[in-house]
Amino acid sequence: MTEFLQQLINGVAFGSILALIALGYTMVYGILRFINFAHGDVFMLGAFAGFYLAPKVATFLPMPSIGGGLAVMGISMAICAVVGIVIEKLAYRPLRRSPKLTVLITAIGVSLLIEYTCQNNHVFGAAPKSFPAIFPAHHITQLGGLSLNSNQIVVFAVTLLLLFALRFVVLKTKIGMAMRALSFNPEAAALMGINTDVVISFTFGLGSALAGAAGILFAVNYPAIDPLMGIMPGLKAFVAAVLGGIGNLPGAALGGIIIGVTETLVAGYISSTYRDAIAFGILILILLVKPSGLLGKKEIEKV
Amino acid sequence: MNFARTKVFLLERTALYFKYIKTFFLGAVALGSQYTKTCLLATITVCFLVSLFKNQFNSYWLFIGYDIGVNIILAVSLNLINGYTGQFSLGHAGFMAVGAYTAAVITNQFGELNVFFAGAVFLGALLAGGLVAAVTGLLVGIPTLRLRGDYLAIVTLGFGEIIRVIFQNMNAVGGARGLSVSHGWTNFFWAFGFAAVTVYVVTTLVHSTYGRGFIAVRDDEVAASAMGINPTKYKVTAFVIGAFFAGIAGGLYAHSKQFITPGGFNFMESIAIVVMVILGGMGNTIGVILAAVLLTLLPEFLRPVAEYRMIIYSLLLIILMLTRPQGLFSWRKLKN
Repeated sequence: MTEFLQQLINGVAFGSILALIALGYTMVYGILRFINFAHGDVFMLGAFAGFYLAPKVATFLPMPSIGGGLAVMGISMAICAVVGIVIEKLAYRPLRRSPKLTVLITAIGVSLLIEYTCQNNHVFGAAPKSFPAIFPAHHITQLGGLSLNSNQIVVFAVTLLLLFALRFVVLKTKIGMAMRALSFNPEAAALMGINTDVVISFTFGLGSALAGAAGILFAVNYPAIDPLMGIMPGLKAFVAAVLGGIGNLPGAALGGIIIGVTETLVAGYISSTYRDAIAFGILILILLVKPSGLLGKKEIEKV
Repeated sequence: MNFARTKVFLLERTALYFKYIKTFFLGAVALGSQYTKTCLLATITVCFLVSLFKNQFNSYWLFIGYDIGVNIILAVSLNLINGYTGQFSLGHAGFMAVGAYTAAVITNQFGELNVFFAGAVFLGALLAGGLVAAVTGLLVGIPTLRLRGDYLAIVTLGFGEIIRVIFQNMNAVGGARGLSVSHGWTNFFWAFGFAAVTVYVVTTLVHSTYGRGFIAVRDDEVAASAMGINPTKYKVTAFVIGAFFAGIAGGLYAHSKQFITPGGFNFMESIAIVVMVILGGMGNTIGVILAAVLLTLLPEFLRPVAEYRMIIYSLLLIILMLTRPQGLFSWRKLKN
């Protein structure tokens, strides 16, 4: 039982990170109806931004501390937001009226470009780097033999905070209302005087900032980072978004947690080598049984 | 000398040369399509004759030649799925893996054989690899092909990864350590013979009365089904045929490299095949063949700048999509 609970805690921690990435996928899909393949690479860039920022921030803030860690995370999120907006502006905006397949292929191209540019020796290099400790690390083992890492608590706290912040932005602010209008009907939204380009840029920025935060949280928990680290979490997060119902924000968070927990349990109890196949197995299952996802609405296709 | 006039002159000249090249290709295609069977037999005979003189060639270029053959098979068969039927599949390397492992396991049962017996065994192993891959394609295709666009892409990617993970966990074929293949039977004849067969089958199929259904499904699924075409049947057929040839390409690949690992068939490999199809122009067999040749040779010429090779690739892909989404060698306008 203790072991099960332990796996559950680890699973929820990993799932929270996936949930943060999945939110970016689901927001972009909700508005533009395409998979932003480069999203996993923005997540990777977030981790690397933290890696290079940590020594700089350490000059004016004590480093393994809550304040210092949050400062690193905040700046990384800002950097990722800018990267997301730039990607959208350069690669996706010129293709706004192109066939979906063209945009999908471009997204794959952008993803490959980021991965291979970062693998270059003059940029980050392909070798894994060890991520510095930015949050103070403690082990808490009192809870009935359960071991809880302070970094995992940071993951839970930051994820909850960001989810509520996102909820506030989407539901209570004017730009959030514009985002919802755009995902409901882009043409009608434009006719109502919404500047669609600004809203789309904002959505990319918001999603990329969340991916950046996820990158930092991932690197804090699994401190070896390399330029290809974004591929698998990115794909799994996409599966999480589909599982929860793509375009649905609470669904993406729920899907992330489910994928994270299932994967950790399978890795713990069956075999860790099947780890990477789990998410895709879930994806195939969900698309066969309920293609609209757990919380998604069924879309009726009109001819 | 007026610079502007020179520029106009050069531009006009280039356009003219492109027109000549285009006319030449179209003429060759028209001639070829009249005598398809003769073309096929002639190609296979030439391949056979060339394979007799394989000792005359530099083995480095010989192996690049085999890669070209394998990549032509992969790209042309994926083009049937992606280009002609319009189903975006990202799992072609998975089928290649199935074919490679099946063929390798079969030929590994045999010791040294004489030329004719070896040929028969190799042919049998390749076909078996293709058939197992085709069955896998059927199993993957039936549930997934009701999905469209992005979903299909990600599900086929998922299936490709699942196939890879399964091979990684199969200790009978070496698991993640890989499997060594005892015979290097792939030669010019097999590689290009099968490439010619693939091109023949795909082009004649697509130009047949039955095959028009693939294009109809791509252009408008709803209209096609209103005309009495069963889109799912066509999609699954395309998928199975594509998987069959991918399996054969896998077998050829295994017997040319003589060592295969599950990691060699990951989704980057699938994307490499997709890039060939896109670069050549989806639904344009000649273009796809040219792209397969170009993209196999390019890394060899880019060896001095190997570090930047994949960066150049991905930039090429993005710029191509922004400026010429119908592909380098395609003149057909892409429909929205």
